[in-house]
Amino acid sequence: MKLTLKIWRQTNANDKGSFETYNLDNISTDMSFLEMLDVLNEQLVTEKKFPVSFEHDCREGICGACSMVINGQPHGPMKGTTTCQLHMRSFNDGDTIVIEPFRSRAFPVIRDLVVDRSAFDRIIQAGGYISVNTGQAQDGNAIPIEKDTALAAFDSATCIGCGACVAACPNASAMLFTSAKVSHLAKLPQGEVESTKRVLGMVNQMDQEGFGKCSNTGACEAECPKEISIENIALMNREYLKASISSDKMG
Amino acid sequence: MKLDAKIPKGPLAEKWENYRGTMNLVAPNNKRRIDIIVVGTGLAGASAAATLGELGYNVKVFCFHDSPRRAHSVAAQGGINAAKNYQNDGDSVYRLFYDTVKGGDYRSREANVHRLAEVSRNIIDQCVAQGVPFAREYGGLLANRSFGGVQVSRTFYARGQTGQQLLLGAYSALSRQIATGGVEMYNRHEMLDLVKVDGKARGIIARNLLTGKLERFAAHCVVLATGGYGNVFYLSTNAMGSNVTAAWRAYRRGAFFANPCYTQIHPTCIPVSGHYQSKLTLMSESLRNDGRVWVPKKKEDCKKDPLSIAEEDRDYYLERIYPAFGNLVPRDVASRAAKNVCDEGRGVGATGLAVYLDFASAIERYGKAAAHAEGIHNPSAEKIKELGRAEVKAKYGNLFHMYNKITDEDPYRTPMKIYPAVHYTMGGLWVDYNLETTVPGCFALGEANFSDHGANRLGASALMQGLADGYFVIPYTIGQFLSKEIRTPKIQNDSKEFMDAEQDVKSRIDKLLNIGGNQSVESFHRRLGKIMWDYCGMSRNAKGLEEARKMVQDLRKEFYSDVFVPGSNDEFNPELEKALRVADFLELGELMIVDAHDRNESCGGHFREEYKSPEGEAERNDADYTYVAAWEFKGMDADPALNKENLEFNDIELKTRSYK
Ligand SMILES: Cc1cc2nc3c(=O)[nH]c(=O)nc-3n(C[C@H](O)[C@H](O)[C@H](O)COP(=O)(O)OP(=O)(O)OC[C@H]3O[C@@H](n4cnc5c(N)ncnc54)[C@H](O)[C@@H]3O)c2cc1C
Ligand code: SF4
Ligand code: FES
Repeated sequence: MKLTLKIWRQTNANDKGSFETYNLDNISTDMSFLEMLDVLNEQLVTEKKFPVSFEHDCREGICGACSMVINGQPHGPMKGTTTCQLHMRSFNDGDTIVIEPFRSRAFPVIRDLVVDRSAFDRIIQAGGYISVNTGQAQDGNAIPIEKDTALAAFDSATCIGCGACVAACPNASAMLFTSAKVSHLAKLPQGEVESTKRVLGMVNQMDQEGFGKCSNTGACEAECPKEISIENIALMNREYLKASISSDKMG
Repeated sequence: MKLDAKIPKGPLAEKWENYRGTMNLVAPNNKRRIDIIVVGTGLAGASAAATLGELGYNVKVFCFHDSPRRAHSVAAQGGINAAKNYQNDGDSVYRLFYDTVKGGDYRSREANVHRLAEVSRNIIDQCVAQGVPFAREYGGLLANRSFGGVQVSRTFYARGQTGQQLLLGAYSALSRQIATGGVEMYNRHEMLDLVKVDGKARGIIARNLLTGKLERFAAHCVVLATGGYGNVFYLSTNAMGSNVTAAWRAYRRGAFFANPCYTQIHPTCIPVSGHYQSKLTLMSESLRNDGRVWVPKKKEDCKKDPLSIAEEDRDYYLERIYPAFGNLVPRDVASRAAKNVCDEGRGVGATGLAVYLDFASAIERYGKAAAHAEGIHNPSAEKIKELGRAEVKAKYGNLFHMYNKITDEDPYRTPMKIYPAVHYTMGGLWVDYNLETTVPGCFALGEANFSDHGANRLGASALMQGLADGYFVIPYTIGQFLSKEIRTPKIQNDSKEFMDAEQDVKSRIDKLLNIGGNQSVESFHRRLGKIMWDYCGMSRNAKGLEEARKMVQDLRKEFYSDVFVPGSNDEFNPELEKALRVADFLELGELMIVDAHDRNESCGGHFREEYKSPEGEAERNDADYTYVAAWEFKGMDADPALNKENLEFNDIELKTRSYK
């Protein structure tokens, strides 16, 4: 198939950036979206031009590295699918495809489609863990956990930290990402102990990083490649409320 | 050089316990004065950095990813082994040890493997405490499944995302240490050289990938947990960024590289679909429980619709050659058999490099049973298929879905096409019992070292090894080195050694940028991969290896005269990153070939065509090759030197594996 690509090119954070148009021919429908970009890049290198920078690693939908907005949708048109798992058969011969980086104040552009998502790491550092040193653990079967509880915690834990939720949100809020971690740990007995400190720390960090407020549009859930449920946000709000009250009391 | 593995004395089962109890310790006040560099944040690196931070050392940890959570470990699917014996099915530390040594075709070090089996139990406890959501039974206890041909159920799992969940556990422990300031994180930093001062590893040169700036980091010792080198084959199931550079640079600075030719090729992967394929996707080997592997008997049938090929014209070759194990032979055997039939010209698919994995019999069998159970008499063929497909979906639905997403074919109706792919590298930096390389103060953990899997790794044991090394081994054994360093003042990063190493790296980069040739880095990588796959892949022979060595040398020459690397060093430049990695792969490839040529036997993943039984099965040569081949760098113009660590088996009897 033949394609026209309009890709955001930006040399560095200070550069203003703009769209550039490229034409590709002979794209097989069996190629993945990133393989299609590989073809473009190989072509650019042959023309001695700087290839389009984009982030990727596992190409299996699990590392969370790939991150681009395709025709207005983070990770493109297919539901529950990362960019790397998208195939060209989702497009038609002759299509024009617009490709942009994930945009958000908290995710500054590094180059082209690559953005800095280290704010997510700092949110986790602000409490997204259970405080247990190596060697302090009791036997794994000492605390039985109901199967459904374990599954619910697992569902929240499958977040890949890609940031599509932020890119999808009109306010660039990081609530879905943050709440997924808060819920994963709050749902487990091991994690409950520190839940007050955790939710306050993580929400505070999220605000400091410059992410926007949540106004319940649901866009995050719709675009999340791991289909993380918006119910996690409700759970986090309850945890936060509880925590604020108890920390007020502690004064 | 005489290799000393420093295996503690005493009975096998007591070695670790006794050693740990008598090891040199570093007092807390001294720990605060000691700096440690950890390179890598996969299971091995993240667990090591977090634990060393907890102990009070000053740790600096590096990864080339934008976040430690993206390390390649995140992609592991199946599970992690541990000798918990929760199922009461006769598992034990000894059995896990035995299975691992046997699975490795008797080419691993007994003492290390036994220690691995011992600490496997602590890993599960630690991960549960961190909140890793392992699968559970209805009673709330941890669930297990069996894996890779062993006779017990000892594999713990979190759906098909075990690696992700374990890595997030280690990442959370690491994040906690970063928050306390005990560990400093350097993401988007790529180690490009190891720095030695007075013979000891004292630091690294890293390139800040955002700015291109070369930075010098000094410490009392350096821990490498930088993963495997399967991407030397270009196409593999590894993540795109996985590379050998850190280990290779350590090798060039004097760390021996052990058994580089031991590569694991996984039999069930989605085949290559075209020239522009960038990586290969694994399909869980559990599919071989119900799928039958076949190719057409006649070459002329290969391009036909498989459904139109009559039963008598199909060759179920695994069932034919290995009647006792059939489709369930181990990974190495299944992979070689697929290659053989394709080499005969009987492969299927557009490229002729694929075999069928057919679920029709399973669908029929399950369908009939379901019809019977539902009390349907004389069900129609269509009804049987419908019921059967539902059963298969319940078992393998997610895998069939993934297959459909990638290939756009419906495996419920037409057979899947699969082909073997490079998956894991058993070889790596040589380490002693302390996980220390031959460069004092340089340690290697996880897939980057060679120590535990011999010539073939069992399923679900790489995750176990990475976490064992990081959480439970290195935090102790590093003290053997560091206890002698408590009087060593802070290492300065502006000594001559550091400046020279930085200059070396700078020249490497300038050289690549100044070639200004006409071919892309990618195209060289692809060509290297093809040579490695054709001559040093699933089967090897002396003549082919000799030719391949020459081909790799020539390709390397061509690379240095005609590669084109765009841009400059002083910017975010992924092509330059790739060029540096491919340059090292071009050197590693040759060493793998030399090692494969030296090993005149077939064992595990290393199959030499000259050394097989009359029926074509692998033949080990225990009399001459029960050793670890540890290669020593002697300069680019000289052959590497072979150092042997003879393996002694005191607790296990060496046997031949047979699956007929
Ligand atoms: C598809 C797939 C499925 C698998 N499934 C299983 C399974 O079910 N069970 C199992 O036991 N094993 C499995 N494995 C194997 C297992 O995942 C790996 O062997 C293991 O995770 C390796 O961990 P590691 O910590 O050694 O290295 P990695 O996870 O590869 O981490 C390497 C780290 O080093 C960093 N790094 C590398 N080089 C440099 C450098 N020069 N400078 C700075 N940083 C650097 C990287 O950024 C990364 O952080 C699977 C492998 C694959 C490919
Ligand atoms: S919640 Fe979903 S969209 Fe947001 S980071 Fe996690 S996986 Fe990505
Ligand atoms: S590249 Fe890993 S999720 Fe897309």
